[in-house]
Parts: sequence; structure tokens; C-alpha cells
Amino acid sequence: MAEDLSAGNDASASEAVPFWHDPAKRGMAFQAAFLILVLTMGYVLFTITRGNLERQSIATGFDFLTREAGFEIGESLIAYSAANTYARALVVGILNTLKVAVIGIVMTVVLGGLVGVARLSANWLLARLAAAYIEVLQNIPILLQLFFWYAIFREVLPSPRQTMNPIAGVYFNNRGFFFPVPKHDPAHEMMAAAFVAAWVAGLFLRRWARRRQDLTGRTFPGWTCSVLLLLLFPFGVWLAFGAPSAMEIPQLKGFNFEGGLSISPEFGALLLGLVLYTSAFVAEIVRAGIQAVSHGQTEAAMSIGLRPSLVLSLIVLPQALRVIIPPLTSQMLNLTKNSSLAVAIGYPDVVSVVNTTINQTGQAIEGVLMIMTVYLVLSLATSAFMNWYNKKMALVER
Amino acid sequence: MKRAEKVAVVLFAVFCLFSVSAVQAGETLDAVKTRGYVSVGVNGGLFGFGMPDEKGVWRGLDVDTGRAVAAAVFGDAEKVKFVTLTTQTRFTALQSKEIDVLCRNATRTLTRETDLGLNFVTVNYYDGQGFLVPKKLGVKSAKELSGASVCTLPGTTTEQNVGDYFRANNMTLKPVVIEQNTELNQAFFAGRCDCLTSDASQLAGIRAVAPNPDDYVILPEIISKEPLAPVVRHGDEQWRDIVDFCVLAMIAAEDMGITSKNVEEMLASKDPNIQRFLGVTPGNGKALGLDEKWAYNIVKQVGNYGEVFERNVGEKTKLGIKRGLNAQWRDGGLMYSPPFK
Repeated sequence: MAEDLSAGNDASASEAVPFWHDPAKRGMAFQAAFLILVLTMGYVLFTITRGNLERQSIATGFDFLTREAGFEIGESLIAYSAANTYARALVVGILNTLKVAVIGIVMTVVLGGLVGVARLSANWLLARLAAAYIEVLQNIPILLQLFFWYAIFREVLPSPRQTMNPIAGVYFNNRGFFFPVPKHDPAHEMMAAAFVAAWVAGLFLRRWARRRQDLTGRTFPGWTCSVLLLLLFPFGVWLAFGAPSAMEIPQLKGFNFEGGLSISPEFGALLLGLVLYTSAFVAEIVRAGIQAVSHGQTEAAMSIGLRPSLVLSLIVLPQALRVIIPPLTSQMLNLTKNSSLAVAIGYPDVVSVVNTTINQTGQAIEGVLMIMTVYLVLSLATSAFMNWYNKKMALVER
Repeated sequence: MKRAEKVAVVLFAVFCLFSVSAVQAGETLDAVKTRGYVSVGVNGGLFGFGMPDEKGVWRGLDVDTGRAVAAAVFGDAEKVKFVTLTTQTRFTALQSKEIDVLCRNATRTLTRETDLGLNFVTVNYYDGQGFLVPKKLGVKSAKELSGASVCTLPGTTTEQNVGDYFRANNMTLKPVVIEQNTELNQAFFAGRCDCLTSDASQLAGIRAVAPNPDDYVILPEIISKEPLAPVVRHGDEQWRDIVDFCVLAMIAAEDMGITSKNVEEMLASKDPNIQRFLGVTPGNGKALGLDEKWAYNIVKQVGNYGEVFERNVGEKTKLGIKRGLNAQWRDGGLMYSPPFK
């Protein structure tokens, strides 16, 4: 807006013009009037709502957040029981939403990238398979896909007592997928520290390699070495601690499996549905991005003797990313927002938890406000990050 | 500037409409009479309580309670419109005057009366939360359910009840909360959960639609009190009395032995209580602001409580629910009506 105003204000003879003929000042007046209008509208709606609620003696405010929630939640990343407060239940819901959104986004980008590249493949069969994947998944409503995957999970998988046991310690049944995890050991924290150290070391290594290449023209396999560091450092620490290899194996206790890592059918179905659906869109974005790079660029790169892998990483990808990132961001936001469909298949995301809260407290307005705030913050944060990344990736014009 | 002015005028008009409709607080009875029908919020998918049959005719105990109100107000039980509501929208719909009365298996609780600004009238069904389990699980009591996966519908007191019960008995549970009845039932029948918890009346309905009802059993424990009652808004006492006495009239009619079949003969009864009840001796109707024949119309067109119960949920229906707590007080139940005088 500020740019428009200054653009209209460049006439040096504006002093003689009455303000209603000055487009800049007129624009400002319109905007001020509009702002006042919007604020008045908000104020009027707020007072009417509050008046109505008071007249019907309906409780308002966020006091309920400190009261005991009294309901259990199926899965949680932090310790939670029915004796905790509504606020903590809300945090559990937000974390569950974040869990499916973050894992979903990573998987979507990887899968979408692969399918997008496959769509352009010279291999006829591969290209057609990718096209079919995109057309089918893009054109079926996400809610139906969720119902479909959830039905598959619960109908195909056996009961816990007749569980599938593909590998020792791994169990698949209609209560979820259970995997053994290493028993907790002090070595694990040290391994995590070693991982971080390796990551930092890799960063410095690549910087050094780049500077050397700039100076001398000699290349150094910086990325390969970084990955090796990431693997070797924690492994070395693990060996140094005497290679603790005790595993926590899931066991059938009573009705359900306990211990180890578990993925519930609700989470699995939601993640699968979201990833498959969104990756179809991402694949098209990736394909469009790659095709947007003119073929002359590739030919020119090859003519100066670059290897195909370098052509991709140095010439095509940096230019394609400029086209890919903005629409990719909106697909990430779509995935996050679509995760609210979790209520339909029983995954306890933030919407599900707040729904229960609303029903127990009856404070629908506050509850819906909280849901909206959560999604707004998540979306704005994702956008901010992707805008930063986009700026970094954008072509620097000279 | 002209366009902005226009926009401002339109928006101002919208505000005025808003504020007028929000401030207007007419008597519910007048509003209903002007409109020509009673708007009743119902479940829509609960067999025995509120659900259209295969011909599209609404059936159920709650539905018949709504019809009773229409019969009392208009003398015609069909001057009623049923609005299907979810557990989440039901109270909001009532608060915002979208409906006149909510007959949707709603449990009366303290916070609903106070925080939500609602009035529950006389209970039309005493329910309680129970557990439905597959027989092959071999569970005989709810106390054996520690660690179980429990399928639950959101939006009722159900989630809290089951949380309280498991906590009180030092047991753990893994809830699976699914919003839609059908999806929840399918998850339970497919074995996703060890048990399904809900009001016992609903469990009977779910069991009735199971692929093989004999494979499932309702556990003996009833873990909560669920007095289900019609609901009206705070602040209109006349309307509240009308809805309250519509429920009571059905109960009183059964108590006095008046049925839809014998109500004509009962008009000639010498019993002053029956004469007052049926409006032969006037007074009750005027006191409520209704026609003197209001109770007669309820019994004639809808039936007494016993008839309504047996027709919708009783032992001859698919649900096969015994009267139990819902029997008349003289038969050991809780149905008890004050005198109609």
C-alpha cells in the first residue's frame, strides 16, 4: 500500500491541487474510511454477541482452560491424563496436529518430487504410471480417501490376538503398527549430541570446500562427506559406550500392545491420505517447475561439459525452484488445514480435542476462536518460513 | 466517494437488521403461533428416539414428545417441523432461536442449565451409560476392561463419564473418538475397539444394527445417570411450562389409565381429576395459555407415555428395552406426575 501512495505522490506541483483531486490523499482517505468501517463492524458484532450471550446467561471467557478436562485422549506426545486441565488437552491436540502436518509435509515433498520427475521420465511406462497416479488421487475428494484408507486398515488388519508378525518384534494389527525401539540408555543423548556436532562439522566442511573450489578450481565431495560424518559420529559414540543394543519390544498386555513405537490406524490413515492426495498436486508443481526452465539452458550446460547430475543441481533445479516454491507453500498449507478432517476418522487432532471441550463446557465461540488461531498461526509460520526460503532461492538480479 | 457511500449505507442497513433481530425478544408461544408450526430439534439418526422410517415419516420417543407440544399448541400433532441437529450444534441452535424446543436425548446437567442458559423440563427418558462388547472377548464386567480401546462418540457427557469411571477404578483406556455414528459403529464392528460406550438405549440400537446382534452383549454396569429431557431457553417461563406439562401430560395420562383408544369414553368420566385433565372442567388450558383441549389432543393424537414408549423403544421393537426406571412410580419406576389442577 505504501508503495502505491508514494508512486502517486511524485508530481511536484501537487501543492496547488485540492486534496480530493490528489489521488494519493484521496486513496489515503478511502483507506482510512474503510479501516474505520471494518473496525466498527468488528466492534458492533462483538458487542451484539456479548450482549446476546449475557442475556441468555451463557458463560464467556477462557476461565475453563484451567479446569480439569476429565476426558482421555487416544494418543499424545506429552504425558496427559483425564486429570489434567483443558489447556493441557489443547496442547496435546496442537502437538498431534503438528505431528501429522510436519511428517506429512516432509513425505509429501519427497513423494511429490519423485512422482513429478517420473512424470517427465523418458521411460514410457514410468511416465504413464505417474500421470495415472496424479489424475486419480487429485480428483477424488480427500475425505473419501481418508475413509477408504481407514476402512482398509481396520478391515484388512487382524485383531491383536491374531496379530501379524512380519519380523520378530514387529506387529501389525487393527490397533496399530508396533515396532521395537532401543531401550533408553545414556548413550542416546550423547549420540544425539554427536549428530548435531557432525551436522555443524559438515557445514564448515562444505564452506571450506566451496572456498577452495572458488580459489583453486579443485572440487571436493562435500555433501558425501557430510552424510558420512552424520552416520559415523553417532555410530562411533554408540561403540564407545559399549554398543548398548537392548530393545524394548512391544508386548500384548490385556487388550492391547504396549511398549515400543506404535502408529495408530487413525494416524496412519490420516497421514497416508493426506500425503497421497497432496503429493499428486506437488508432483504437478514440480513437473511445471522443471518444464519452465528453457531447454536451451540444459543444452548450454551440457555443451560446456557438465555431467547430467551437475546440470540438474547447478542449472535446472535453482531455476525450477523459483517457480516451484510459491505454489508448493500453498500445498503445504493445504495439507495442514486438511489435517482437520481427522475428526472424521478419530485421530485426536486439535479440532477433535476442542470439539470435546466445546461440548463439555458449551463455550463454542471461544473454542472455535482457538481452532482458528491455531491454524492461522501454523499457516502464517509456514508462509513466513517459505517466503524466507523463496527469497534465498530467488534469482539474484544484477 | 460515491461507491464508498453506497457500501457504507448497505453495511449500516445490515447492522440494523442484525441488531434488530438480535434484540427482538418475543414470547416463544406467539412466535410459534404466527409461524404456524413448532420447530423441534431432534437427533435424526437414532433409532427409537429420532429417525425417519423407510417411508420418511419421523419416528421416536423424542419425536413424539415434539408432536405432543404441537398437539397442545395447535390441536394438530403434525404442525411440527423437525430439525436434525448434531451433538455439537444442538444447544447453539436452541440458543439462537433456530428451534423452539430441543428433544434430542440431551442429558440434564448443572453446567448446561447454568453456563449454557438452558432449562431442562421433566425427564422423558431415564438412561445411563454402559458398554457394548463382543461376546468372544469373554468380558463379564466393565471392571475387566483396563487397557481396553474404547470407541466413543464425541460431544456428549460420554467421554467424561468413561474417563471418570476408569480413573475411579484405577484402570487405563485408549479412547477412539469418531464424530459420525456410522463410521464409529463400523470401526467397532471391525474390531478396532474392544468395547463401545454410550447411553444404554443407544447401545441397544447399535447392537440391533450389528451384522450379527447375538455376537454382542451389553455389560451389566451402568456407569452414569443420564436423565434425558427436552430443553428450552432461559427466560420464557410460559413456554417452559407448556413444554414441561406436555411431557407430564403423557405421564399423567398413563397414570390415570387414559390411552389414545379410550380417551373419547374418558371424556364422560365422573372422576374430577380426569375431567380437569381432559378439559371437561376448564382451567388448566387457560392457565398455560392454551386451548382447554390441549391434554386431550396430546393423548388422542400422540398417546400416553406408556404407548409412546412401547411404540418406539419397548420390548416389541427392535430395541427391546424394558420399562425399568421409565416405568410409572407405582410399578417401581421414576415416572411421576404432579396433579393437574
